[in-house]
Amino acid sequence: MSKLVVSSIGPASSIQDGGRFGAQRYGLTPSGAMDKLSLAAANALVGNAPLAAAIEIGPFGAAFTAKGGAVRVSLAGAPRPADIAKRPVEVNTSMTLADGETLTLGFARGASFSYLAIEGGIAGEAVFGSLSVNARAGLGSPYPRPLQAGDVLEAKSVGDVIERRIELPKPFTGPIRVVMGPQDDEFTDEMKALFLDSEWKISATSDRMGYRLEGPAIRHIHGHNIVSDGTVDGSIQVTGSGGPIVLMSDRGTSGGYPKIATVITADYGRLAQTPAGTAFRFAAVTMAEAQAELCKFTDLLRSLADRVSEVVNTDLNLDTLFSANVAGTAVSATDPATWLTVTPD
Amino acid sequence: MADTLPPPRLLPSGDSAITVEFSRTIDDTANRKVLALDRALSAAPIAGITETVPTYRSLLVHYDPLVIDYDALGPQLLVRASGPLALEATTRRWRIPVCYGGENGIDLEDVAKALSTTPDDIAARHAAGRYRVAMIGFTPGWSYLSGLDKFLHMSRRESPRLLTPAGTIAIGGIQTGIQCLAGPSGWHLLGRTPVRTYQLHRQPTFLLEPGDEVTFYAVDIKMFTEQERAAAAGEIIAERIAA
Repeated sequence: MSKLVVSSIGPASSIQDGGRFGAQRYGLTPSGAMDKLSLAAANALVGNAPLAAAIEIGPFGAAFTAKGGAVRVSLAGAPRPADIAKRPVEVNTSMTLADGETLTLGFARGASFSYLAIEGGIAGEAVFGSLSVNARAGLGSPYPRPLQAGDVLEAKSVGDVIERRIELPKPFTGPIRVVMGPQDDEFTDEMKALFLDSEWKISATSDRMGYRLEGPAIRHIHGHNIVSDGTVDGSIQVTGSGGPIVLMSDRGTSGGYPKIATVITADYGRLAQTPAGTAFRFAAVTMAEAQAELCKFTDLLRSLADRVSEVVNTDLNLDTLFSANVAGTAVSATDPATWLTVTPD
Repeated sequence: MADTLPPPRLLPSGDSAITVEFSRTIDDTANRKVLALDRALSAAPIAGITETVPTYRSLLVHYDPLVIDYDALGPQLLVRASGPLALEATTRRWRIPVCYGGENGIDLEDVAKALSTTPDDIAARHAAGRYRVAMIGFTPGWSYLSGLDKFLHMSRRESPRLLTPAGTIAIGGIQTGIQCLAGPSGWHLLGRTPVRTYQLHRQPTFLLEPGDEVTFYAVDIKMFTEQERAAAAGEIIAERIAA
């Protein structure tokens, strides 16, 4: 059995899949990948189910080494420098690590999370239907915590030598779209306008539980105490100090600050990938628009396998061969002019 | 109990969930209606609903918009919520130990000062309450209790703490609660209990159910330490008492 060994890894890196549903009524949050589109893209590249478990890698670097045989992996999500034994490899491709070879990943550029999928998926024991790490609840498999150097993941043996790439549509670059509510009536029209018209930045103290936003203070009409009620991925709570917090995949299942708006499903991963300190804006859309975008997003997730194509082995790239003119003195079977150039030794 | 609640409201919670709100405030009837609607949806499901989360005064209904959209599900939920709902009485009662103050309850003295009384008075008032598990949420096993003495009602902290200890007994707004796991909290910390309302490899994994009744009794640090050791080994510690 081949293994993928974590040689080094930064914080905020863990096994994540589609999430853990059904026990939110006991306070168990779904967790799951912050950017499900990128998770699904990584999985599509190695033939896994779209929301199968993969390694979610935070903004810092990481390195993985194959042991006991070759391991095929794929990389999607945040752009970052990557190489296998000094050979550069690209995001949105699959790649094979020969026994003993190391995939080295640099810092993420312009996004936060990358996804490294392993052909055949992650071997682990699902709890409440998921391998996703929820460190606070002691859940996740094979390790119920963020990954550390020395961790070992089992991998199946590699079946072929064909690598694949995936062409993703150009991401929407507009504002992060929200549906107003559930407690937007706790804010005046002026405050709602301030929320929608302002530039926001994600604070460096943010994590998988919540993204704290830096910007103007949003004031409540009746103060910041409401009776705690249910939350969803992308709920935007406004705390007592007026600072919004977007609740993310490890959110509490309930919260007691008024929620002014909710990020739409189609834009949730895009917000999750926005690096700390990068300015962005929100825009309100109707429920019908949000649900139409959700349908499109789901269609995209389901059709990712159709966007995967085989990569011509770069060592035998024909364009490279022609431009290198390595065949310049070869004999052509159809061109007699070349026949005479060959002299037997 | 007189039904003086306003008609239930639908609040959109993004594109895949609807909050059915029975009251804006903590209200026993509203909470019982939440639990009753939850049971009704479980007994006669609506296709497309994926998960329901009962809270103090509303039921959060997660759904799949590819199966049923907001315009189709909303009215159905409103009809169910507005109709007659079978309210259930409390069925289970628990006695739960608390070690108040000191490093187990770092806000006890500040709360006493803010309310112009002594830490002992705050602890005694808190322990004297008869509470009902109105909801479980936020983090696994965090049990929100209704029935807090009005004297102890206090605004939450303006900025939540990033880390508070497992087993914390705290107050926030007009609520008190048992926080099972370490994590962030905007509440005021009065003490800690050794009882684990969520423990993964124990039967039951989740100790309390919404609707259960809870009372507290004070224990000293020595008893707390002993009980905590036993709880770590899988003992329930909480005493179930006859209703």
